[in-house]
Amino acid sequence: MSLEVVVAAALFAGVLFYAVLGGADFGSGFYDLTAGGSRSGARIRRQVDHSIGPVWEANHVWLIYVLVVWWTAFPSAYEPVMRTLIVPLFLAVGGIVLRGSAFAFRKYAESLALARFFGVVFAVSSVITPFFLGAVAGAIASGRVPAEGRGDLWASWLNPTSVIGGLVAIGTCAFLAGVFLVADATRGPDADLAASLRRRVLAVGIGTGAIVLAGLIPLHDDAPTLWYGLTHRALPLVIASAVLGAATLVLLWVRRPGIARFTAVGAVAAVVSGWGMGQYPWFLVDEITITDAAGATATLEALLVAVGLAAALVGPSLGYLLHTAQKWSAEDAH
Amino acid sequence: MPLLDTVVGSLDVHASLTALTSLTADASSTADPAGLLPARQQMALSLGWHIILACFGVAFPTIILAMHWRGVYREDADAMRLARRWSKVSAVLFAIGAVSGTVLSFEMGLLWPGLMGTFGDVLGLPFAFEGLAFFLEAIFIGLYLYGWDRMKPKVHLLMLVPMAITGVVGTFCVLAVNAWMNEPTGFDIVDGEVTNIQPWAAFFNDRVWLQFGHMWVATFMVAGFCIAAVYAVGMLKGRRDRHHRLGFIVPFVFASVAAISQPVVGHFLGAELAEIQPSKLAAMELATTSESPSPMTLGGYVNSDGEKVGAIEIPYLGSIIAMESLSEPVPSLDEFAEEDLPPVNLTHWSFQIMIGLGMLLMGLALIFWFARWRKWDLLDADRATSRWFLRIMAFSGIAAIAAMETGWITTEVGRQPWIVYGVMRTPEAAGDNSGLWWLYWITVVVYTLMTIGAIVVLRSMAKRWRRGDESLPSPYGPELETGSATDAAQEPAR
Repeated sequence: MSLEVVVAAALFAGVLFYAVLGGADFGSGFYDLTAGGSRSGARIRRQVDHSIGPVWEANHVWLIYVLVVWWTAFPSAYEPVMRTLIVPLFLAVGGIVLRGSAFAFRKYAESLALARFFGVVFAVSSVITPFFLGAVAGAIASGRVPAEGRGDLWASWLNPTSVIGGLVAIGTCAFLAGVFLVADATRGPDADLAASLRRRVLAVGIGTGAIVLAGLIPLHDDAPTLWYGLTHRALPLVIASAVLGAATLVLLWVRRPGIARFTAVGAVAAVVSGWGMGQYPWFLVDEITITDAAGATATLEALLVAVGLAAALVGPSLGYLLHTAQKWSAEDAH
Repeated sequence: MPLLDTVVGSLDVHASLTALTSLTADASSTADPAGLLPARQQMALSLGWHIILACFGVAFPTIILAMHWRGVYREDADAMRLARRWSKVSAVLFAIGAVSGTVLSFEMGLLWPGLMGTFGDVLGLPFAFEGLAFFLEAIFIGLYLYGWDRMKPKVHLLMLVPMAITGVVGTFCVLAVNAWMNEPTGFDIVDGEVTNIQPWAAFFNDRVWLQFGHMWVATFMVAGFCIAAVYAVGMLKGRRDRHHRLGFIVPFVFASVAAISQPVVGHFLGAELAEIQPSKLAAMELATTSESPSPMTLGGYVNSDGEKVGAIEIPYLGSIIAMESLSEPVPSLDEFAEEDLPPVNLTHWSFQIMIGLGMLLMGLALIFWFARWRKWDLLDADRATSRWFLRIMAFSGIAAIAAMETGWITTEVGRQPWIVYGVMRTPEAAGDNSGLWWLYWITVVVYTLMTIGAIVVLRSMAKRWRRGDESLPSPYGPELETGSATDAAQEPAR
């Protein structure tokens, strides 16, 4: 593997972590939004607070990691995306700002009215933000970001592939978050809460699976390069995502949410890797390859030092945080 | 849902606004790209806003550590309660600091595609390390905030240590990028192409150390004075218990050390300017023509004819301070072509405001510690002199923020017209996108609401603490039904 591909793999690992950890974070907004009135929905909202409270800030640093590695290692593929996709990117960052601040404000809100207001802002922006990020992925994957000049401000991300990307992002986030919430709630004493969450997640899972499968069809005409990749090199990953997704539904059905967490993570990781594998070796599909987009060799090497250091320092710390947060979540429930 | 209404409302405004801005851009048909001015405004707003929270992100963990340490090892209940409350305040500040920092990492590319496309692989490395530092900080704040009553006290306390360290590392990395923009290094330009890139040389450039020092000290001035100011107000309102004294004195110690050392760091930073960025120094000093020895110019401005008006001049002092010499002239504005000069009056005034406020804050620190040495209690709000001290202290946080902001305006505006000094002009880095104006106005609205939200929430936290609701129950929590009886029991003698 060339140096460029190694760095691209490190970048894509960041995308994967963000999709899984940030995704579960965003997705919790869906259950918060649909929890119901402030009294009947209080239990779900408290569960959301407990589940993502300690980890949400760390989960979002993956996005910063992705951006930084991207512009440092592949500057000539970064600039075109920023020029063409300014609208969805700005909307995404706006959503991140609103959900993050509203989540923190809600936790310390004094009155129920204020908490409800911040809660709505948090939940709505959590649900819609993944759409814009998915649409950006769709724009890149369907070859709508030209290497030179600027693609259409609107059509570049409001097209079949981008819309599918956006919907898949919303669905996978909600599904992933739901599985984790069910697992957290099942360990607690509140059987009603676990059952109600479980019903919701089964519905979300079936809906998401349908979107992912139906979404493949328009890709044939709208994103032929990606379609070719998905049906050839990335085919095993496409099949794996379908199998793991179905397995997650079955595990939820037979009330094994603890194991379902692993298959759910696997399914989402397979969807995202399928996209990456499907468009390889293009960085911006049909426009610029990974090798052509790469910056100076010295910078790529230096960046690997940073990535290595990150793996050594962030890896164990993050593992400790996630482990501890799960432990606390279980303790709180009792 | 008023927030959504506002956003949707500004989307409608956007159509007419875009039409308007593209019209004016055509009419003026200057060489500047349409995205330049909105990008500048947007960057100034979002960076100027975020930097205040960044100060808390860097300095607050250390200040909390000092307080929490006292609480754990001296079994000081007041200190423990203060540390616990401050950690909740920091949770709010860190959340909005984290999201506004994410905004900046987007804006580097969205607003300055020319900079990132051309120099991304030169200046990217420090950003990568900054991301790493922030990652660790975000992990440990999660552990610290949720670790209360769940971790062993002495282990829990240690969660602050990585936060304090990563704050310092992060500051260094961000300042490395800014220092590189001031004194670019680590690359060559051959036939208009950037080549021979040495990312480590760009990272550890000569300028970063002093710039880092200046900003790092500034973070402690901002956080220290802001927190101390809160307790100064409390004492003026008649709350004179040990809780308030301790809440004042611990951050004030940090602020004092910072305020007293800041002029020294700032002096060494400025002394290099004559070599590195003479046009910035000329604007800061408002030196219109070369004089030997140069005076120090207080106030005044340059009028449209290029003449200095309304200034007070102190002989010799310009040469002595800026050039460390009795005769050497300060670089003057007439040595530069018009198109190579920064906005002179803005640079000069922000510089002088920074110096003035910095001196005031240093004076406050010196007065307090001198009085303490003479056994005069300036925190005894029953005495008139103490009340005056506390009244001034009440504004010290705002003054520290203003000093830091004007300092950044001095260095950023003073670097113009360059984004990379001597290499790339700011218009070359901007995109040609007049639509940026509506993004800017949305940002104004969102940041205004976020500021209001933060103030409302922090004030209500303080109000409930004074009332005795120590644990700040969530309105969704089971505590709603039981009331705050358990909290009152937790906190005796309030």
